[in-house]
Amino acid sequence: MTETPTTPMTETPPADPLLALDRVEIGLAADPQVRAVDGLDLRVAPGEAVALVGESGSGKSVTAYAALGLLAPALRASGTLRLGASSYDLGDPGALRPLRGGEISMIFQDPGTSLNPVMTVGRQLEDVLRRHGGPPRRERWRRVVDLLAEVGVAAPDRVARAYPFELSGGMRQRVLIAMALSCEPRLLIADEPTTALDTTVQAQIMDLLMTLVRDRGMAMLFISHDLGLVAGSCRRMYVMYAGRVVESGPVADVLRRPRHPYTKALVGCRPTADRRLARLPSIPGTVPPIGSMPSGCRFAPRCPIAVEQCRTADPELRAVGGNVSVACLRASEEES
Amino acid sequence: MTATSPVLRAANLSRSFRVRGTGQEVRALRGVDLTVPAGSAVGLVGESGSGKSTFARIVAGLLQPSSGELELMGTGVAGLPERRRRRLAAPIQMIFQNPRASLNPRLPVHRCVAEPLLAQGVRPARQEVLGLLDRVGLPARVADLHAHELSGGQCQRVAIARAVAGRPALIVADEPVSALDVSVQALVLNLLKDIQEESGTSFLFISHDLGVVRFFCDEVNVLYLGQIVERGDAESVFADPRHPYTEALASAVPDVSDVPDGSGADRSRRIVLNGEPPRPEQPPPGCAFHTRCHRRIGPICDETAPELLPTATGLTRCHLRA
Repeated sequence: MTETPTTPMTETPPADPLLALDRVEIGLAADPQVRAVDGLDLRVAPGEAVALVGESGSGKSVTAYAALGLLAPALRASGTLRLGASSYDLGDPGALRPLRGGEISMIFQDPGTSLNPVMTVGRQLEDVLRRHGGPPRRERWRRVVDLLAEVGVAAPDRVARAYPFELSGGMRQRVLIAMALSCEPRLLIADEPTTALDTTVQAQIMDLLMTLVRDRGMAMLFISHDLGLVAGSCRRMYVMYAGRVVESGPVADVLRRPRHPYTKALVGCRPTADRRLARLPSIPGTVPPIGSMPSGCRFAPRCPIAVEQCRTADPELRAVGGNVSVACLRASEEES
Repeated sequence: MTATSPVLRAANLSRSFRVRGTGQEVRALRGVDLTVPAGSAVGLVGESGSGKSTFARIVAGLLQPSSGELELMGTGVAGLPERRRRRLAAPIQMIFQNPRASLNPRLPVHRCVAEPLLAQGVRPARQEVLGLLDRVGLPARVADLHAHELSGGQCQRVAIARAVAGRPALIVADEPVSALDVSVQALVLNLLKDIQEESGTSFLFISHDLGVVRFFCDEVNVLYLGQIVERGDAESVFADPRHPYTEALASAVPDVSDVPDGSGADRSRRIVLNGEPPRPEQPPPGCAFHTRCHRRIGPICDETAPELLPTATGLTRCHLRA
């Protein structure tokens, strides 16, 4: 039994970020006006764990894929990615290739489909090491076993020789984390890394990720729809709705005192083990399809406090104090 | 059926599966006793491999138990001819986890909803089907669409409309909201609660999510490796879990209130278990949970299987409390 560590990190948007995404737009290659992501800016400092939160279709996963140059051919990105001192054009996926696996690594939601089913996991880890100029051949297996031990695999020798189907979901996710760490990335993108896992296993994997972030000074972009997980792991967060960031800031401030009506609704509608309600607060309506975004604020059709102006004027993300930014015309009025 | 008989009563229910090729046997359910009184919502909580879906499938008649008794509406199903069994199970409906996969992709929504009635030889009027759709908050135009044209939340509403179409006595809901976005989860849970309160339908509610179970259920049963390890009313199981597994499970549910307030003490309540969940084909000897237990008291845990015994508020299967 161990306790989940707290991560000491900055709560202000970093002045000198490790990762900076600027003016990211992702649209259909055939029709760039149809956008899944529309003007996103995001910063991650070295050693910082940052959450990107949203529901299906908000654009959070597609943003991560664009940062790695892994977008489906039907989609096209524009904008820039800065990593340390280097700048890259997101519209040129080939340019991002050298970053992948080395500087930036990613783990995915379903550990079952991210591994090759007909190779032992040890062989797959060896492949990654060889590809990225790891240790010489005779030392490679040793390194594989060490990597598995570092991610908390109790019998690394045995697991290295196992095929993915012989491992549990939690064990497979550990293997993928070991793979992602094998080249000592500066940034780990974790896309819903625990969604496919059981609750107690989820706690183990989150514990592992937070330990790695703390001990290695690795930055993490944590993509999730689960505000509870974010609360327990990250210090800053971005909330996305329909392809835009609607609120960003320190996790403690955003979750304790959400200013955007969408964030408010998300925080309120989760049933929790700590309170019992007769009915859950809910958000009427559905997320607009990306082809037919409403004019003005994209949340206005579902918003309980929308006024006429919300349906015509498109709110900018603006600072409202305490390092929190909100894209809502009514945020400050509602607050006071 | 008398007024007092429970809609569902399982006694010492077991089910084993043979693993092909290996000769090994997986005991998915090991002597489960569970009762759903008329009008109540009973929760079944557990992780993968705990046997919760096996139990649901037995109740729905999709699987036969290996041993033990099952009574529906006060009548035992053992030895009943298939036809009688089907008639007995007619007041039981299921809602599955994946709403899209549980609807026939080739049928329009109105046919999907009418299906349980047609199976009972009743052809509902279109107006009645539209009424059912309206009850679950879907507009009439949805009636002529197909599953692929609907969102996940809408599909689950169709599945709920189908489940309530025949005025069931019991709805078995197997992870009905876990495939949905949180904001949609809230809407679907509220809808199920409305149905339960308005029509007095009983629910067997299966989930891995304690928050959801607490919102919905009167009584909670916690399943670990095919056995019930704790039972009690929803309030006391969460406020004061008696089994170490329940305790770990309850503490592992991520919560927005986990956000640090700077005191540094806020995260201490979380229990992270050691080790892997055991494989159901090789359950550990003694207490099935002892390999991961943070409150193991000694050799007794490794050697002797604890009984399910009463506590002040419910039942627990742990040497520590007995």
